[in-house]
Amino acid sequence: MAESERESLRETPLAALHRELGARMVPFAGYAMPVQYPTGIIAEHNHVRTAAGLFDVSHMGQAVLRGPDHETTARALEAVAPGDFIGLAPGRERYTLLLTEDGGIIDDLMVTRPTGDAPDGMLLLVVNAARKEIDYADLRTRLPASVRVEPMEDRALLALQGPEAAAVLARHVPGVDGMGFMTARPGSFDGIEVGVFRSGYTGEDGFELALAAADAETVARALLAEPEVKPIGLGARDSLRLEAGLCLYGHDIDVMTTPVEADLLFAIPRRRREEGGYPGAYRIFREIDEGPGKKRIGLRIDGKVPAREGAPIKDAGGAHIGSVTSGGFGPTVGAPIAMGYVDAAHAADGTPVLVEVRGKDYPAIVSPMPFVPHRYFRKSAA
Amino acid sequence: MTTRYTRDHEWIRLDGDTATIGITDYAQEQLGDIVFVELPEVGQALEKGGEFCVVESVKAASEVFAPVAGEVTAVNAALADQPGTVNEAPEGEGWLIRIRPSDKAEIEGLMDAAAYAAFLETI
Repeated sequence: MAESERESLRETPLAALHRELGARMVPFAGYAMPVQYPTGIIAEHNHVRTAAGLFDVSHMGQAVLRGPDHETTARALEAVAPGDFIGLAPGRERYTLLLTEDGGIIDDLMVTRPTGDAPDGMLLLVVNAARKEIDYADLRTRLPASVRVEPMEDRALLALQGPEAAAVLARHVPGVDGMGFMTARPGSFDGIEVGVFRSGYTGEDGFELALAAADAETVARALLAEPEVKPIGLGARDSLRLEAGLCLYGHDIDVMTTPVEADLLFAIPRRRREEGGYPGAYRIFREIDEGPGKKRIGLRIDGKVPAREGAPIKDAGGAHIGSVTSGGFGPTVGAPIAMGYVDAAHAADGTPVLVEVRGKDYPAIVSPMPFVPHRYFRKSAA
Repeated sequence: MTTRYTRDHEWIRLDGDTATIGITDYAQEQLGDIVFVELPEVGQALEKGGEFCVVESVKAASEVFAPVAGEVTAVNAALADQPGTVNEAPEGEGWLIRIRPSDKAEIEGLMDAAAYAAFLETI
């Protein structure tokens, strides 16, 4: 990397801590980010699956949508994203998609209606680091003047993920272990103000903490001091989300893919499938009715050769039917896994296909995702 | 029996008429956890600087280049089941291939351990 590139990289509030922990820093979405710590990606991956891992995701964009009241703000967002925000209760979080007029995915993002003392008419957004400026510009163009987009500066975002995450975090923010999946509330972390979200990107139970940049290192050190917690880099974040079947923007989804092709219809609730009223609805209706031309699928590959992004996928006869968009070795699966797009005729689970790696074809099977079952926290029906 | 090194972070060690080749500790450290090693066929002819092997870590696939010309006489078949040996002992049990060098003198032209250590300081 050229020195000038290195200098232009932005840093998160935890950059010094990452270096102290021995992280290898790499450029990602314009930031210097830890790809791994000295124990390595597989050990980090396994630690998140068995205990708890701390991720710095402060590079992601945090913004407030602010309108005069909830109805106005929610309707404005519903005009650009196919979720149900009017019906979003205080303290609830949703995964949604910003769409182009042809139903292409501009970004995938989390939307939360705050609870507590937050003023009515606010929605909190967390967007992908590489899409921040595009998303904010797009929202400013398409939202009415009464709803403002306010990027939050000097913020940090930490994720604590894994089966021990709830027990660990409850020592610092009492009561969080009782929060439902995809809920959010304000909290006090040993006296520090934090927004607590029970969500994540690993398939495990866990939390995300939004807080002031100035407080990030104090909170991170307090969590790392817990015996169950280790720092986790972007490398394991990627292998964890791949096993969980979760999309990575710019790889598995982009403006050329629709929610139907990407198998993300869970993000479009029934009312919006019936009423439309969001960009690209015409195409999404058609693809729901007639089926999409191509479809995102999971692949389990025979043997040990990982198939990476761009690897061609062929049918059993050798005809090209698609390509891999994310792939690698799944440490928990113990074998190579991938996701990609294939012509819809070959997208059924169990379809035998071939994946080409370095000029050789390897047998693979279209497989349901997630590759590793999600273990999100579900409140028992009391 | 001295070990020589390349700027691409391979090592080569001559013992009689056979040279053993692998990747350096620096290289395995940079690659991270290795999950698959694609080795050449015994009998394959190697050109100096030619790709002969692909080492796959969790994150990426990396080519390994021949330090000198020669013919492959053996491959480390144990890596098929234990690719992580390359991480644990890159300059020992984690060797990749053995070759019969076309010209043993070519090996002498590569960096010795001190020169390689000095080279690593410049990275």
